[in-house]
Amino acid sequence: MISRFQIASKNLLRKKSRTTLTLIGIMLSSWVLVSLLGFNRGYETALNRDIDNMGYQLMVMAKGCPYEAATMMLQGGAGLRYIEQTMVNSIAARPEVDKVTPILMQAFFDPDKGDGGGIAGYFGIDLATYPGMKPFFRFRQGGWFKNDTAAEAVMGYEAAELEQREVGDMIMVPEKNVPLKVVGILERTGTQDDGTIYVPLKTLQKISAIDKITTIGIKVKKDADITKLENSLYQLPDMQVVSFTQVKQTIMKLISTARMMVLSIAIIALLIAMIGVVNTILMSVMERIQEIGILKTMGAMPIDIFFLVWTETLILCSVGGIAGIGLAIVFARLSDILVRRILPYSPGGELVAIDIRLALLTLAVILGVGLLSGIYPAWKAGRVRPLDSIRSEG
Amino acid sequence: MTTDNGVSLEARGLTRVYCRGSEKINAIDGVSLTIRRGDFVSFTGPSGSGKTTLVNLLGCLENPSSGELDLAGRSIFGGGKILGEKALTRIRRDTFGYIFQNFYLIPTLTVRENVALPLAFYKKPGVDGEVDRLLGMLGMNHRMHHLPGQISGGEMQRVAIARALVNRPDILLADEPTGNLDTKRAREIGEVLTDLNRSAGLTIVMVTHNPDMARLGGRLIEMRDGQAFESG
Repeated sequence: MISRFQIASKNLLRKKSRTTLTLIGIMLSSWVLVSLLGFNRGYETALNRDIDNMGYQLMVMAKGCPYEAATMMLQGGAGLRYIEQTMVNSIAARPEVDKVTPILMQAFFDPDKGDGGGIAGYFGIDLATYPGMKPFFRFRQGGWFKNDTAAEAVMGYEAAELEQREVGDMIMVPEKNVPLKVVGILERTGTQDDGTIYVPLKTLQKISAIDKITTIGIKVKKDADITKLENSLYQLPDMQVVSFTQVKQTIMKLISTARMMVLSIAIIALLIAMIGVVNTILMSVMERIQEIGILKTMGAMPIDIFFLVWTETLILCSVGGIAGIGLAIVFARLSDILVRRILPYSPGGELVAIDIRLALLTLAVILGVGLLSGIYPAWKAGRVRPLDSIRSEG
Repeated sequence: MTTDNGVSLEARGLTRVYCRGSEKINAIDGVSLTIRRGDFVSFTGPSGSGKTTLVNLLGCLENPSSGELDLAGRSIFGGGKILGEKALTRIRRDTFGYIFQNFYLIPTLTVRENVALPLAFYKKPGVDGEVDRLLGMLGMNHRMHHLPGQISGGEMQRVAIARALVNRPDILLADEPTGNLDTKRAREIGEVLTDLNRSAGLTIVMVTHNPDMARLGGRLIEMRDGQAFESG
């Protein structure tokens, strides 16, 4: 016997090139759609991970542009002004605060870095509090400094790779010509920490001849009201508060325009593909008017014909949709590279994250829109009368 | 579907009027006739005489403008009753098998799949095995896995006949079944139809231009200007 599914699928094979072109259209739409949705999810997850990996939710620094400071910090630069170290205890005493850590960010020009030199970012950190903020740090080699005055350095994964450093090597702080011994190299974190060189806070203060700090990292208690703390910190004179939630929102706002554009393109691609589906199925119905009429003389009800034609749409959309999702998964890394080239700032890790849930969601969207497109041709086919198929005169 | 008196179809004053602009054309003009179970009735006549229209009405492919039609004693059309597409489909699938001049086989389905096609939509109880039985009976077993494009016109019509009979209809309606065939193939199809009528007792209603085919039936009805004149 033959099933209705077999009849529908064999009908599609009649005009192979037309069916193939329609399938390609659906496949491309599906590819764009799932990649875009994957980017939406992946970018936000990666950004969240980067920010969560900061270890603290708020930073307090001397007044200046907070985003510039945050960006500089993320990129290993220094804040614009300095804070008295006594401020650390004052902030730590607040009820919402779980932990605080003082940081001195310094940037030195290194003539040997890259082509024509570059900025080397040094983080002066407090051995007692900073590692606790970064529990996910794992050492590839060595460990933290012996004490908070040691002339030692811990290098991020990329910083060590770039300079080809091993534990035990000596590095020279640019501009200052102070030697530091590399005592630890971190595993890759996929964040900006990978490019940073960590030095004990007191050591960096001594090297820079500064007894202050640039930043206080604040980790808020689990159920504390972060906005309330933020507002209270804004009251501090000459202090600026950078909330990573705000930073995240700002970055998300910046990319939302690009995201909307891509989404519009995806929707247009989807619509074009669906017009292709309507065209293919409608043409196929018009070419088979007589056959459809004959099916009705055989006992097929209008609803049978409707579902037969609808099944053809379903097959086209399923095959095209699955192929597009498959391509998106296979070429996710390529999409990742392209997105990184386009965006001014991209967090570490996977930017286009496609999982089974997202794949199923995309397939559901493709099938939903496809089935909607198939209604008209299927309805038209269902209305064909047997007599339409009989042309011989009597 | 037949009653005890053996009447398959009974038409009384069947009329079909078409409108072409303001002009009214009586394609069928008050035809009354009775077709009994096991009859082989041939309709002949010039083009435009109304033979196909009459067979379409008898085969419940469309509603008449007026008149009555009983099917095995059951009133189908009459008293101005208009049947919808679903009701007509139910009657057709229970009673009729149709074959046409152009075969209308699905080109992407094999011979066997084409014969089995009606069963995908409606299957009468007890028709299991009919596909292979009919293919064997019509000498098409060796072609069952071929596509329609790979067989001759005569073979295509045999496949169409098998497809029309797969749900064991009471009446086979054949509209110019040999119109696209050469003399030899036409004769073969004629023999198949005669055999089905004689050995299986199948009621056959056939429209034909071919005088040799028309003579195969036990009854010959000539159509002229929408009216039926029995001459056989």
